[in-house]
Amino acid sequence: QKVSVEVLDHLEHLALVDFRDSEGVERLQKAIQFADQLHEVNTDGVEPMDSVLEDRWCLYLREDDVTEGNCTKELLENAREKVEEYFVAPPG
Amino acid sequence: AALKDGLRSQVSAALKEGRVTPTELCQQCLALIKSTKFLNAYITVAEESALKQAEESEERYKRGQPLGILDGIPIAVKDNFNTAGIETTCASHMLKGYISPYNATVVQKLLDQGAVLLGKTNLDEFAMGSGSTDGVFGPVRNPWSYSKQYKEKSVPKSHSEDKESNWVITGGSSGGSAAAVSSFTCFAALGSDTGGSTRNPAAHCGVVGLKPTYGLISRHGLIPLVNSMDVPGILTRCVDDAAVLLGSLAGHDPKDSTTIQDDFKPFELPNLTDVSKLSIGIPKEYRAPGLSCEILALWSKAADLFKNAGAKVVEVSLPHTPYSIVCYHVLCTAEVASNMARFDGLEYGHRSDKKESTESMYAATRREGFNDVVRGRILSGNYFLLKQNYEKYFVKAQKVRRLIANDFVKVFRSGVDILLTPTTLSDAAPYTEFIQEDNRTRSAQDDILTQAANMAGLPAINVPTALSERGLPVGLQFIGRSFQEKQLLTVAKWFEKQVQFPMIQLEEVKKHDHGVSQHQKAASFS
Repeated sequence: QKVSVEVLDHLEHLALVDFRDSEGVERLQKAIQFADQLHEVNTDGVEPMDSVLEDRWCLYLREDDVTEGNCTKELLENAREKVEEYFVAPPG
Repeated sequence: AALKDGLRSQVSAALKEGRVTPTELCQQCLALIKSTKFLNAYITVAEESALKQAEESEERYKRGQPLGILDGIPIAVKDNFNTAGIETTCASHMLKGYISPYNATVVQKLLDQGAVLLGKTNLDEFAMGSGSTDGVFGPVRNPWSYSKQYKEKSVPKSHSEDKESNWVITGGSSGGSAAAVSSFTCFAALGSDTGGSTRNPAAHCGVVGLKPTYGLISRHGLIPLVNSMDVPGILTRCVDDAAVLLGSLAGHDPKDSTTIQDDFKPFELPNLTDVSKLSIGIPKEYRAPGLSCEILALWSKAADLFKNAGAKVVEVSLPHTPYSIVCYHVLCTAEVASNMARFDGLEYGHRSDKKESTESMYAATRREGFNDVVRGRILSGNYFLLKQNYEKYFVKAQKVRRLIANDFVKVFRSGVDILLTPTTLSDAAPYTEFIQEDNRTRSAQDDILTQAANMAGLPAINVPTALSERGLPVGLQFIGRSFQEKQLLTVAKWFEKQVQFPMIQLEEVKKHDHGVSQHQKAASFS
């Protein structure tokens, strides 16, 4: 089944990346076809795996204390458009 | 021969005894980087800061207070690790000109131990690829293309053709790092490994490539590709050096909550002499379609080597192996879609001039900043994450991932200590041949032997084994149990000793051999 134009548009909107040309769409079609092979595998009763560390991993959480910061200058340095301490985006 | 030295036995000792100084070592490496520029292994060479670091190291040696084995040792870092004050590009237009405001944890650790950061190495754009051919700074050339061993075996074509068109790829995506280590411009390099990106180029460039267990080494500062699979990789000229690097990098990092909290104790590798208590597993599914006869034979020979030395060698099965590439394809593109979302031009990186709206600025920035490979993966990933596809593809892939990981658990539980497999399907392809297929096809083919270890989070290492008929390196892979790097590296070191992989004979390095380079050429720094 080919991907519908609606879905293609929706994807471009979500990804904020365009397909550019028919080659891009072809590439997606091939990727989906490739991924369809997954359905050959029987996964009845199998839980999805989020992390390989699920057995031993108690997610590390630290105390809610401020330990570093005050790096406004460094963080703004790499932005192309800024005003005072703001990153500037085009309106709309 | 200093450049060819290994860390522990030779160069470190030489530094301590004052037979060579950190600045001399640094200068030699910088000079060699210049003369091997045609390899295109480095994107940025941090000459000034490197020399400064070398000088500071020299002061410490003079006072008799070196920080450790790594003090004064020149290293290189893949350009997807943040390095404070140095451009970090990920070989993409998106980050051209981006100067990191901080060091990745692994970089900081190396610097804290006195290592000298020579520069940032080349890669496939955003580490997506298996050739190191798809970055905006051009492809990396495998140093072995210029080796006596390869040239002797090459059929001479027309005179004008030979040097330029015959060169072979490094593999990827950490090709720059592998080439840098292989050509003696540094003693060790950091790579990253998500589907084989450290082990694959290690195999093609004849160096040791270690993928540590997921959760052992901090990913803080490593620009992420797939958060659930990425690990920093270690590239060195011998297994002992890899152990030294591992010792200096492993351990919990509060800035990376996916690092385990257990204490990590650095170790020295024993010199294993008795392998009779070892059980080596040979997974039959790794006899993959496309595996060259040469590598198949080498793999078999290696198994016999263990058998003849008294180890138990058994055939095992990892039945879901054929599905690991498909599974990886879905999970990888999905996580990429998420990880690449941060690149919008607002806070850092490339920003388009389009001003009509925020959305059009974002879209144009991303169109201009990313190459086709990256954009393709973002779009695929978003497709698999659509509400109507989420269960069907993403969750399904997560279930298949569990099956793949369980295959390994079952095999290790049955008494097998280490798995022995090929690392790549063949030796390095000529560049002109490699680029005939598109990136996704290539990656799918080349990752087949390496990426299941990323799926399961297991440690794996490429050990250079022999030269192919064409005079190019071929490596074999060992996969170990989670967090059992000591056992993995011990076995790898034993194997390395048995095979005695030959040293690359590079004309460029010979040119620099006015006696001082003897330190550079040692196989190990440790």
